Amino acid sequence: MILAASSIHVTLAEVAAALALVAIAAIASRAWHAGLEEDIGIAVIRSFLQLTAIGYVITVIFDEDSAALVLTLIAVMVVFGAFTARSRAKQVPNAFWPLLVSLAVAAAATLGLVLGLGIFDATPRYVVPVGGMVIGNSMTAAAVALNRLGEDVHEGSRKIEATLALGATSTQAVAPLVRRSLRSGMITLVDSTKTTGLIFFPGTMVGMLLAGADPTDAVRLQLILLYVLLGAVSIAALMAITLARRNFFTPAHQLREPPEP
Amino acid sequence: MLFEIEKVSYSRDGKLVLRDLHARVPVGASSVVGPSGSGKSTLLRLLNRLADPNSGTVVYEGKDVREYDPLALRREVSLVPQLPALIDGSVHDNVAYGPRLAGHSFDARSCLELAGLDPEFEHRDAAKLSVGEQQRVMLARALALEPRVLLLDEPTSALDQAARDAVETTLRGLRARTAISTVVVTHDMEQAKRLAEYVIRIEGGRATAQGAAAEVLADEVEPAIAAAEDAS
Repeated sequence: MILAASSIHVTLAEVAAALALVAIAAIASRAWHAGLEEDIGIAVIRSFLQLTAIGYVITVIFDEDSAALVLTLIAVMVVFGAFTARSRAKQVPNAFWPLLVSLAVAAAATLGLVLGLGIFDATPRYVVPVGGMVIGNSMTAAAVALNRLGEDVHEGSRKIEATLALGATSTQAVAPLVRRSLRSGMITLVDSTKTTGLIFFPGTMVGMLLAGADPTDAVRLQLILLYVLLGAVSIAALMAITLARRNFFTPAHQLREPPEP
Repeated sequence: MLFEIEKVSYSRDGKLVLRDLHARVPVGASSVVGPSGSGKSTLLRLLNRLADPNSGTVVYEGKDVREYDPLALRREVSLVPQLPALIDGSVHDNVAYGPRLAGHSFDARSCLELAGLDPEFEHRDAAKLSVGEQQRVMLARALALEPRVLLLDEPTSALDQAARDAVETTLRGLRARTAISTVVVTHDMEQAKRLAEYVIRIEGGRATAQGAAAEVLADEVEPAIAAAEDAS
């Protein structure tokens, strides 16, 4: 893929001007006693520091053009993604490893496919941002799916145990919950993909348009990314659920946390 | 002997629920009685390996339950939980669930009849039945597995008196019509007298008495008589 070279220059003063809207959010929070002022402040500072830092890292990686550096960055994103998702799936025992494997497989499968099919060039300029989007969206989908699974297993433990009592395996006993959890993990992206272009313009397309790209190119690149992300989130959610569902049970098909008598 | 429970201890969330419990469960109609929180339901779950003890052994027909395939054991020693927990779908779907997993043939209508439910209920939505009817569907789907032992955890605790009497009649009829052994957990001593030939009394996680129902429950006073004595 070759996109027209285009660039825009954004000054720090322009970034600072955008804080006016953050101030409105903070004032609204204070006026309505929402208690979000501190979180908004932390979000502003963290986003500035994190994005600035990753900006420098990406600049170095682009300049170096090293496959090892790109792979290291992708691996770090996968590990951090798994840690972050684990904190949202607290009711799932030992959720870290299923999440780590699912994010790694989702990233490897989707990046491998788009590079193998020649959709993107195997250069840091494509692999790093696409990898980041794939891992970020996969992380959210896997976290939502596991969070739902954990809640459903906890709330439905009586029904699960009653099913085990009929001679069902642990996999058979949680099958209805797996379907619901997978749906929960994927539905946000499926819905946003349905409404894209009607209700909102997705970020990549907006970024390209702002950077002066041809609208047709912007749309096509956005479509590629949406389709890639659909594949990635389904792989991540399905794999996370498949691996994590075993953690609720012992090898003898017993619930590790049985219902209260 | 159907079950032999040897020095069984079981803890949950750091709390000891069963302590060095010894008990025997013979073939026939047995009951486990005791106050709430004494460990009765936990003991029942150990009998078909829905849980394993922290120490001690549970022996079923001369063999440690851990030597059985847990899925096959649960089909042979089937547990009906205290509260209805049906799968989504019709009564037929629920009755068919266990036999389909096991690859058994089954007759849903005769299972419903055996459980004291009109066979015409077969195609009704299970979620729309009363609690008493749902409890009988739970019993019917356990019976569809053709078990040798039925474990019933407080089978009438969620029912009104009429439904309770009906379920008890069903259980007595089951004993008369089949060779299924039953182990009924109940906090109601009168119910144990009505349903069991053999009784194990559990208090504080230990078996404090066991034997023929007439002997173990001999000193139990009818609640109505106790209330009258308290009033006087």
